[in-house]
Amino acid sequence: MTPRFRDLLALEPLTADELTFLLDQSKPFQEIQRHPLKKLATLRGKTIALAFFENSTRTRISFGTAASRLGADTMNLQAEASSLKKGETLLDTAFNLNAMKPDCLVMRHSASGAPNYVARHLDIPVINAGDGTHEHPSQGLLDALTISDRKGTINNLNVTILGDLQHSRVARSNIHLLGKFGCRFTLCGPSMWVPRELEKIAPGTSIRCVYRIEEALEGADVVIMLRVQTERLHEPSISPNDYILGYQLNAERLRLAKPDAIVLHPGPMNRGIEITPDVADGPQSCVLEQVTNGVAVRMAILYLLVTGAEEDGSHPAIQPSVAHNRRATDKASAKKDS
Amino acid sequence: MLLIQNGRVLDPASKTDAAMDVLLDGEIIKEIAAPGKFSSLKDAQVFDAKGLIVAPGFVDMHVHLREPGQESSETIETGTKSAARGGFTAVCCMPNTKPVHDNASITRFIMDKARAVGSTRVWPIGAASVESKGEAIAEIAAMKEAGIVAVSDDGKPIATAKLARQVMDYCASLDLPVIEHSEDVSLAAGAVMREGVTSTRLGLRGMPAAAESVCVARDVQIAELTGGRLHVAHLSAKASLDQVRWAKSRGLRVTCEVTPHHFTLIDEDVRYDSRFKMNPPLASREDREALIAGLVDGAVDVIATDHAPHEPALKDVEFDRAPFGILGFETAIALSLEQLVHTGKISLMRMVELFTTGPARVLGRERKLAPGQPADITLFSTTHEWKYKVSDSPSKSRNSPFDGRTFKGAPIATIVAGKIVFKR
Repeated sequence: MTPRFRDLLALEPLTADELTFLLDQSKPFQEIQRHPLKKLATLRGKTIALAFFENSTRTRISFGTAASRLGADTMNLQAEASSLKKGETLLDTAFNLNAMKPDCLVMRHSASGAPNYVARHLDIPVINAGDGTHEHPSQGLLDALTISDRKGTINNLNVTILGDLQHSRVARSNIHLLGKFGCRFTLCGPSMWVPRELEKIAPGTSIRCVYRIEEALEGADVVIMLRVQTERLHEPSISPNDYILGYQLNAERLRLAKPDAIVLHPGPMNRGIEITPDVADGPQSCVLEQVTNGVAVRMAILYLLVTGAEEDGSHPAIQPSVAHNRRATDKASAKKDS
Repeated sequence: MLLIQNGRVLDPASKTDAAMDVLLDGEIIKEIAAPGKFSSLKDAQVFDAKGLIVAPGFVDMHVHLREPGQESSETIETGTKSAARGGFTAVCCMPNTKPVHDNASITRFIMDKARAVGSTRVWPIGAASVESKGEAIAEIAAMKEAGIVAVSDDGKPIATAKLARQVMDYCASLDLPVIEHSEDVSLAAGAVMREGVTSTRLGLRGMPAAAESVCVARDVQIAELTGGRLHVAHLSAKASLDQVRWAKSRGLRVTCEVTPHHFTLIDEDVRYDSRFKMNPPLASREDREALIAGLVDGAVDVIATDHAPHEPALKDVEFDRAPFGILGFETAIALSLEQLVHTGKISLMRMVELFTTGPARVLGRERKLAPGQPADITLFSTTHEWKYKVSDSPSKSRNSPFDGRTFKGAPIATIVAGKIVFKR
């Protein structure tokens, strides 16, 4: 049976089958990214509301690009330009956006659970584009797709995540997705950013917290770097020099991982802080593939949630030319009518 | 005269548990006697309490009525109406109003207003420090003369150990209890729930149990230093209860209260729903078990609700932004029955004690069914099945996590000064 998704708020509640389905549906959209003509008509006439209550460049552009490649229109709300500063509540803002009749709301917010809260009150699908320190589901999916491309599988890998785990929504989504496929996690960073409670956030998944990077990297198939968020307050903050000394991923340390280990980073990278340039640009790095895959994954998410994935069996990206042809046919028939 | 007949009288003060009839005369209890003794009385109004527990009037010693200053969330009138519906005959309102209740004119305002429009008795609690800022001691003696029953800077702890010492010392001389909202504000800063696996999973900032117990440890030491009466409000952590146990074992005048939500819910119940957000936050499974153990063995003295109304415009927002606090009055008896009595953990007598002689002892008052006592009576059923609908509440707020819950057992009637102020 085809899974149906009302909203995409988190990866935690999704089953391995549902996650596999989302990833499988993303793969044909990866093809589209290589196609000279990237625009489909799948969501023509549909409108996607992009509400970013917290700064974002890459995720917002990625969702916008995904929407436009599906033929949808977008309406954009950015926190700076919004009426939130004028005292409007989040819910009122959401109701106002909804009154313009979008077919889907993509939202990012600094408060964990804000998309869950909004989704309880809206009848259109809500997609979480990152909420506080909770989850970032599309990032988790695009990371899995990237790993799958490089490693041929997402099953039973040793995954090491480095950095501020406590405040990372990316790490939580990674754990809740890959953990369902038997991946084992080693989390590593300064102890105040890697609380032991993390070992229990996904029952059934092997998660261990370690505080020496050498131990964390040993035997790793996948190394996921987290951004040291200099613009956001880490609590407590540690000195950049201490961080570099203890936790920077450099070529020498990366040699402790398996020879074919890959390195992911959700971006934007702080070169010279959490990662050295030679690693960031080296053959094991997948950072740009992640970005490309981001568009494919988000196309799949938007397609599935906006159309409700009607069970007609055919994927819109399997024969992209058909979509173009259909538009041509539409035009032709329109001409005939006139 | 009002005759309550056919009920089962439960009176912790006299350890009475028997079928008795209770005769009220005006504002006082006239007589309590074996069933049938008053059958010859012709002019008494009769309340048939068949199948009901007849208990001394329940006291909720930790509530927020929001008046003066936040009348859009609650008033003395609506709050006490909700209290009466919950079976309470007296409530102690915390001083974190706007302005803060830190002087006798506000005490008199509250008392006058309560007499004019209140359904229950209102026993106000005054601020320990001016504006509860933790700097200068408030006019505690003047407030006592006007009617306060305790002091507290509730919403926060008394800011410094030094001031806590001075207040406890002074209140010892005035024979007033000091009620502490125990929280180390530096450990709790920015937190919206209890720290643990659930807060880590949800990505919500947590405060450790130690945020409470560190402050309780401070305060019991000061209680020993001063010989003052310390009452720990809404105690939520095992480590805090251990401090209270230690203090009691040393014979210190230290008591504590637990809320129904803390003995019913745990941090794992939090799901980005602000109706589950209060301070102290819902604690761990182990803490909840420790609180229940304390309710069973006597380490906990009182059940109090910390009724904390917030109007929907304030409360119905993102979890991070919502104020702390939930409604408490109308579910307190039902939750106590559900969690403590029906499960066989405590007796009905013990439950009644936690709502009557327990708080009365802390406040230096009496609650008993005896001739000459105020005619404050709580009648409740242990079997009545019902569903709590917050939309039916006379409270101005709707922030209850128990909306829609079905219960076995409920308050049936509340009598204050001989007057039936609520009847189901």
